[in-house]
Amino acid sequence: MSSVLYDTPGPRARRRERIGSVIGGLALLALLGFGAWQLQKNGIFEAERWSIYFDPPKNQEAADVWNFLLVEGLGATLRAAAIAAPLALALGLILAVGRITPQRWISWPSIFVIEIFRGLPVVLMMLFGVLALNLSFLEAVVFGLVVYNMAIFAEILRAGIVSLPAGQAEAAYAVGLTRTQTLLSILLPQAVRRMLPSLVSQLVVLLKDSSLGFIIGYAELLRSVQNLRDFFGIRYVVPLFAVGAAIYIIINLTLSRLAVYLERRGSAKTAGGVAAAKEAVGGQVQGPDDRSTGA
Amino acid sequence: MRTKRFIFAAVAASTALALAACGDDDDDTTTEPEDVEAGDFEEGTTMAELADAGSITIGTKFDQPLFGLRGPSGDPEGFDVEIGKIIASKLGIDEDGIEWVETQSANREPYIEDGRVDIVVATYTINDERKEVVDFAGPYYEAGQMIMVRADEEEIESPDDLAGKSVCTVEGSTPAQNMRDNYPDANLELFGAYSDCLEPLRQGQVDALTTDNVILAGYVSESPDDFKLVGEQFTEEPYGIGLAKGDDEFRDFINDVLEESYDDGSWVEAWESTAGEVLETPEPPEVDRY
Amino acid sequence: MDAIFSNLDLYWQGFRMTLWLTLASAATALVLGTILAAFRVSPVASLRWFGTVYVELVRNTPLTIVFFFFIFVAPQVGIRTPSFFVSAWVALSIYTAAFVCEAVRSGINSVGVGQAEAARAIGLTFTQTLQLIVLPQAFRTVVPPLINIFIALTKNTSVAGGFAVTELFAIGRRLANSNPADVIPVLIGIGVCYLILTIPSGILASWVERKVVFAR
Repeated sequence: MSSVLYDTPGPRARRRERIGSVIGGLALLALLGFGAWQLQKNGIFEAERWSIYFDPPKNQEAADVWNFLLVEGLGATLRAAAIAAPLALALGLILAVGRITPQRWISWPSIFVIEIFRGLPVVLMMLFGVLALNLSFLEAVVFGLVVYNMAIFAEILRAGIVSLPAGQAEAAYAVGLTRTQTLLSILLPQAVRRMLPSLVSQLVVLLKDSSLGFIIGYAELLRSVQNLRDFFGIRYVVPLFAVGAAIYIIINLTLSRLAVYLERRGSAKTAGGVAAAKEAVGGQVQGPDDRSTGA
Repeated sequence: MRTKRFIFAAVAASTALALAACGDDDDDTTTEPEDVEAGDFEEGTTMAELADAGSITIGTKFDQPLFGLRGPSGDPEGFDVEIGKIIASKLGIDEDGIEWVETQSANREPYIEDGRVDIVVATYTINDERKEVVDFAGPYYEAGQMIMVRADEEEIESPDDLAGKSVCTVEGSTPAQNMRDNYPDANLELFGAYSDCLEPLRQGQVDALTTDNVILAGYVSESPDDFKLVGEQFTEEPYGIGLAKGDDEFRDFINDVLEESYDDGSWVEAWESTAGEVLETPEPPEVDRY
Repeated sequence: MDAIFSNLDLYWQGFRMTLWLTLASAATALVLGTILAAFRVSPVASLRWFGTVYVELVRNTPLTIVFFFFIFVAPQVGIRTPSFFVSAWVALSIYTAAFVCEAVRSGINSVGVGQAEAARAIGLTFTQTLQLIVLPQAFRTVVPPLINIFIALTKNTSVAGGFAVTELFAIGRRLANSNPADVIPVLIGIGVCYLILTIPSGILASWVERKVVFAR
């Protein structure tokens, strides 16, 4: 297979690649082995450390430990994300529409709100919620997630609307639809569909950011890990952390896979449309920009 | 904000009413609440409301060995928790009627101000700044700030030796403020919980952990080979029970309960079953009815 | 407002720390991310595989978890750092590198295959192709997303404030706690400090982006 960097390899190159691959693989295996040895040396694999998950010390029940992590911790994480996501989407939609409105007294405040909240750290807004607005921890976490993500959602949706071929709006006006009708029944549905992968990736960011609640004191998953560490002692921190991190990674990976799947399905379905659109506006159409640049 | 608080109050009031309306009899009590009824308290007081509702929300720490430490099985354990139970029982509320809420150093005042908790029993030092926004019953215990270092540490013996050293404590706590005011040459490293300081102290990223002696005693008892206390107490930290500002009847009531518990032995019993496992039993402090 | 003006030195201290942490992590992440991107586009399968696993794992882990790991968990497995600043620097670099890697990789992939094929057809060697044809074109597409990644990094340094690094967020929390009456102005002041860093960078990014579009 030819790529930008190298031609389709011939038999000799293929052999070299295979040798390189084996050497690289061995190096990685050595690294992995060293890591495992390091863990072993520090006694991480001792069954007793992992016993908190089946026979915990201090007269505790294993079921309680799992309940504490999965129901209370993960539950609180998902609760914050589940409340914040629809609110942020709804407000993001309003801001996106506000931003592309020709009336300046609507569009300028929208731009202002988007630019301000996009540029602030989420954890600072959560702290503002706790200390300045006197919100509870859950409310503050939701507040921080909503004000940041509504700005990002607004930008994603706007990019989606802008990327639509001009003919869509022109045709709508031609059949006599008003501006509002055009926006609501022609442009937005297509923009949402086109931007679905980006929206889902942003949901991953939102879910990840809910862990910032840990810093302001919201009792989410990471805080459960911390509480259990304090209760059982530091020697159990590795097993506790391993499970806590695994839960986050599994959920986020699943969501990320969903985004990739939607992208593939979307591009297969609308490929012709997008190509035609590119032609119509002179190749100025840009793909969904990847905004999942972190917390 | 005003409106918000009003709504909170309204919701709380209506919840209390709803609870009172469908309140049922508790047959299977785990502790023995005093045989009191709402009618025993003057109408309109906080005591009557709480007794009527049969439930109370108490803020405490969830990460403080010996005082308030929450295990995976649910309710927190410790001396603060026992004090909370004593107060609840005098209102005729049993253990099931107590809702424990985690309060941390940084958020105790707002929780009281907003009525999210009825009282706070959370290693909560009485001081004048805090008295501007909340009221305190008690003290029910006199602690004092001390310094904990690694067991092999030899340079640090008093707070004066902390100059230029990195000292770990918690943001929003009295120890942090005290260090800034009186020992500004120490480099403060701030986490969200005292327990977060333990690993960095063990690893040598910080040189000392400073907070109230009782909190440190819990850590030393858990890892006597790693940590030790040095020097004397260099502050006085009377622990009080935080409650809404201006609720003098409720404050008097809690003070009465505390004095009663000093006399009838329940205070000593509470101590011995929790912090007393590590620390000596002190004399209860005099209640300050300011 | 008094709380801001009488503590300007603290604001400045926090601002410097945020900036310093951002620059140090950005530089490290850029190097690390580029190496990872090289792994991901290399013909060697095992390196490609490593790059993919790294990116997928790190991108789906919350930054708070990465910090928690380096400060509380790593010492248990024998990884120690000399200070909290170093821990924060390592955590932010490792996290940001995954995003840098993806930006660089998609930059390389955005260069048309025909460009390299043409270069090879006129006899340029692999290094020449890379140096003269592919990288200059890739660089253009990579810069705007990279700026966005570093804006995110600037904001992400605030997580370090929750793990004992005295940067802007930590200063804000400290001042808010010691000046309960002035919480709102104190925190808005901190927010303005972040915006001073992020908004101009954002404008720069969109300016570069427009340039790139026209250059094509």
